[in-house]
Amino acid sequence: MNHLLQEEEQPRGAKIRGRHPVDQLEAANRFIAATAHEMMHDNRLWDLRKKRDAQMHAIPEWEELRQLASDIKSHTLDHLADYLEEFEHNAKKNGIHVHWAKDAQESNQIIGDILKAHQAKSLIKSKSMLGEECGLRPYLQKEGIAVVETDLGERIQQLDDEDPSHVVVPAVHKTRTDVSKVFVKTLNAQPGNNDVHYLAEWQRETTRPYILSADAGMTGGNFLVAETGAVVVCTNEGNADLSANTPSLHIVTVGIEKIIPKMEHLAVFIRLLSRSALGSPITQYTSYFRGPRRGGEMHVVLVDNGRSTRLGKPNFKPGLKCIRCGACMNTCPVFRRSGGLSYGSVYAGPIGLILSPGYDPHKYRNLPFASTLNGSCANVCPVKINLHEQILAWRGELAKQGELSLSKKVIMKALGKLYANPKAYRQAIQMGDKILQYLPHFVVYNRLNAWGRQRDLPEAPKKTFHSWYKKHYMNGKGDEA
Amino acid sequence: MSSREEILNRIRQHQTNISTSLPKVPNFFDKSVDIIDAFKKSLLIMGGTLLLVGDADPLQALKEKIKNANVICSMVPEIKGNRELNEQNLPKELDDIDYAIVRASFGVAETGSICLTEKNLMINTLGYLPQHLIVLLDPAKIVYNLHDAYAQPEWYSVNYASLHSGPSATADIEGVLIRGAQGVRSLSVLLIS
Ligand code: SF4
Repeated sequence: MNHLLQEEEQPRGAKIRGRHPVDQLEAANRFIAATAHEMMHDNRLWDLRKKRDAQMHAIPEWEELRQLASDIKSHTLDHLADYLEEFEHNAKKNGIHVHWAKDAQESNQIIGDILKAHQAKSLIKSKSMLGEECGLRPYLQKEGIAVVETDLGERIQQLDDEDPSHVVVPAVHKTRTDVSKVFVKTLNAQPGNNDVHYLAEWQRETTRPYILSADAGMTGGNFLVAETGAVVVCTNEGNADLSANTPSLHIVTVGIEKIIPKMEHLAVFIRLLSRSALGSPITQYTSYFRGPRRGGEMHVVLVDNGRSTRLGKPNFKPGLKCIRCGACMNTCPVFRRSGGLSYGSVYAGPIGLILSPGYDPHKYRNLPFASTLNGSCANVCPVKINLHEQILAWRGELAKQGELSLSKKVIMKALGKLYANPKAYRQAIQMGDKILQYLPHFVVYNRLNAWGRQRDLPEAPKKTFHSWYKKHYMNGKGDEA
Repeated sequence: MSSREEILNRIRQHQTNISTSLPKVPNFFDKSVDIIDAFKKSLLIMGGTLLLVGDADPLQALKEKIKNANVICSMVPEIKGNRELNEQNLPKELDDIDYAIVRASFGVAETGSICLTEKNLMINTLGYLPQHLIVLLDPAKIVYNLHDAYAQPEWYSVNYASLHSGPSATADIEGVLIRGAQGVRSLSVLLIS
């Protein structure tokens, strides 16, 4: 099997054609066809899920912490403007420059302008999903600024000219041989040496000179603390602290929803984040930036990009609580078997299903259907986002907006009025309503006995449903064919 | 209208302002836990190393560790290094250091973390650019969990601080765990007041 894994060509992600609807199913089918990659991916993410469970069981107050995290976020969203102003006030007092960007374009421009004002030509960067969301790297490169990603997974993806496939482990869909090929091509690594230690060391060695010579450094932010005006960054590789502390200019890009009121709340989220994400008690580094370092300058760009609009949509507002831990992806049977790149959007997996159509309902109209609605995502979510209910709500919303492909219309008709009614939906799940358990890739998944391993999931759909699905939905080609 | 006003206005228009009170966070203290023992266990889980306090010379194990190193930078009076730092040093100049020795502000039993502030480090990159990091920690300064950790006064006074939990690490390729990613390759802790 291992041999096969290292021989197999890496399946690529969804084909992107402008604003044309992304065909997730088509890309997923290609990922599934690469059986060794699919199995490695599935096993790796399931392993993270199991490690998360072990951490959860070791903390008696786990459920209490989740409730607290959810309540803190709800409260904060209800008073978001005040907390943002408090943050700004305190950050400025500590000497941080605070900027506000209403959308991706403005955020990119602000960052580009800061760099230009400092005649900065090179930027070292730690992983930032917001940066991906805004298309920051391509923008800066067009402006003549050399950007180097310093996180191993993100660097691999940058060098391969591919998007990250997962919010926490960006290259989780690649084998060591895939990585080796990329490094041979781009970093002059030893051909044929796919030893993981060698590859990681090679990246360290080739990145260090950039770290030492860069004009500016950039990080994202996991949390903003209103009370102290500080930015908190959680990482494992030490690259964020190097990016922030080595050059004299540190720029932070962060979404406005990342704010929490006080230091005592930070403890709740730090206890949950890495345990949910990777099943480790904490990230190796939990770093706290409350002001510029001696001789340095620090900027924080607060980015809206659709968040304040989402706040006004009661159905979709809970998505703003997300702390980007990736637990919902690790547990999702569709994600594990189709790979993050099949979604063709910055955010993949369950959280992607509910965020992406908010940015472009037409382009991402198929995503809310890449779910079995089994609710496992909501069960593991550390901030208790009702992911499956929002996925269902998006289906309804897309139906209203006339954004259903023919196959989706069939499904929606079968779902009847359930989608509009969370209570009826929950009841249906409890009763094991067959119609809710449809799964785009079920036919192909079945050979792995996907469901058998998961104690918190409903039983596999029966034959009758299976053949119904086959007849009405699976055309073997994809969604938009 | 500035973007700032535009964003804040739209938020105020959309936020519900329900008078949900701000949740009070309990500290979940478990009296039965031996804090020092728990710290040691957690440190090992995170990939850190524990240096034993010697009987005759408490620093014996530490000295053993650095005896063959070329460049040693010590920020603690107990050990003399061969690289002096001053506040004028550029952060990148710390790249050739083999061992940095610092004292932590406090430790956290729950996660085996040690807190290094800009004061402990003098130059922040001292925690990351050297190949190895050795940390002295007063066992009396280990708190039980992260709730206690974030109740410490440091957070309100420093511009920079970081909880280090073991050395830098990555599992980005096929989940294979590598200790020594971009930051230090090893982190050793000596519990000494
Ligand atoms: S939705 Fe929940 S589980 Fe998914 S990434 Fe966000 S916080 Fe984590």
